Amino acid sequence: MVAAAAEVKLLGMWASPSVRRVEWGLQMKGIEYEYVEEDLANKSAALLRHNPVHKQVPVLLHGDRAVTDSLLILEYIDETWVGRPLLPRDPYRRASARFWAKFAEENCREATKKAFFERGEERSEAIEQLREQLQRLDEELEGKKFFGGVEIGFADLAVGWMAFWLGVSEEVAGFTVVDAKKLPRFAEWMDDFLRVPVIRDNLPPREKTVEFFRYYRDQQLAAAAAAK
Amino acid sequence: MPQTASLHLTNRLHIHIVLESESERERERGARMAEAVVLLDVWVSPFGQRCRIALAEKGVAYEYKEEDLANKSPLLLQANPVHKKIPVLIHDGKPVCESLVIVQYIDEVWSDGAPILPADPYARAQARFWGDFVDKKIYDCGIRLWKLKGEAHQEAKKEFIEILKVLEAELGDRKYFGGDAFGYVDIALVPFFAWFYTYETCGGFSVEAEAPKLVAWGKRCMERESVSQTLYDPLKVYEFVCSLKKKYGIE
Repeated sequence: MVAAAAEVKLLGMWASPSVRRVEWGLQMKGIEYEYVEEDLANKSAALLRHNPVHKQVPVLLHGDRAVTDSLLILEYIDETWVGRPLLPRDPYRRASARFWAKFAEENCREATKKAFFERGEERSEAIEQLREQLQRLDEELEGKKFFGGVEIGFADLAVGWMAFWLGVSEEVAGFTVVDAKKLPRFAEWMDDFLRVPVIRDNLPPREKTVEFFRYYRDQQLAAAAAAK
Repeated sequence: MPQTASLHLTNRLHIHIVLESESERERERGARMAEAVVLLDVWVSPFGQRCRIALAEKGVAYEYKEEDLANKSPLLLQANPVHKKIPVLIHDGKPVCESLVIVQYIDEVWSDGAPILPADPYARAQARFWGDFVDKKIYDCGIRLWKLKGEAHQEAKKEFIEILKVLEAELGDRKYFGGDAFGYVDIALVPFFAWFYTYETCGGFSVEAEAPKLVAWGKRCMERESVSQTLYDPLKVYEFVCSLKKKYGIE
């Protein structure tokens, strides 16, 4: 049984929203950790050993344990360390938080990826899909400041990438989905979320992120063109 | 517990009526409780089956409602407006969507039954990881096995066998993925055991040859009533997929 006090390390990458998500959770819980920057073009032995199936960051190392997948890491730290709960206590509200987390992490991310990398019809379809998804998120915020209610919680941490990285994607790939008039609650949530100190103080620098995403997109598009 | 009514020993008819109406009340209570839990589902869905198995493991009475996906009920559209998909568990009028979210919900609400997820946070994280792995890999790759042809089919076959081998390695020599106790990962994966015949027939390989421990595990799971009462005959699943192929005009 690993004591909560055992050493905590986070393998990450500065631009990654999944990594930041874990850092937000760790900081909300007041957990001390060592951050290790990975070069994803040259993955460390540690990363490959601790996440052999997916070979991705983030990876949380706690004593001799390795936990992968950012949402699973958040559940793990919520269950291992007492203090501020990330997930609600009530089973129905927990199920709801997990549902929206899955929606943001799988459906919305996939649509954003397509809008970002694809061309033509696939791209316009993805953009339309993303608009519908944002509408759903906007509706879910009815009567609430955050997805978690009065304060941010697990669902906010899961959707949180959209408050920052979606804007970066829009800028780099040249599309617009966040229309404050059509999504008033979501637009307000984005502002409120980014104002929360633990979030505000733990974001990558915007210009550097835009530059990186632009470079990454150009690279992927070139590789796709060469493959054809 | 039967209500303590006054016992009219001299009036056997009275006792008979009291006892009769007591069992009637119990039946009604059982029916009410079953109505309090509703599962919107489709018979062949491995995702729906996860929920059925979890409910059976916990001994929860529920009402099963078969959906026609070509003609979705107003209840389904209202209960899952985001995805409009089954399964949906409706508990006391409140809908829970996404099969593994539902399984965790069942585990947390009916916590006096045998636990589905282990108690230790690290073991839970690992169980959730493998549940997600099954979720992301098997169904989508499996579809490609019966939908695609040529090189795409060969690629799907290679990928599917790789998935089987990863699961085989993870299972190892354990009785279940959860160890000695049947649990979350077993529930996530076992509905696909009834699909192995379809996958190997459409894929042109043998699951038993590629992953013998996995097949043995599946047979062990089928010894559990919750599983054997839920899974359909693999031939029936294959028949279903063949009818889908016909519908989509696939040879």
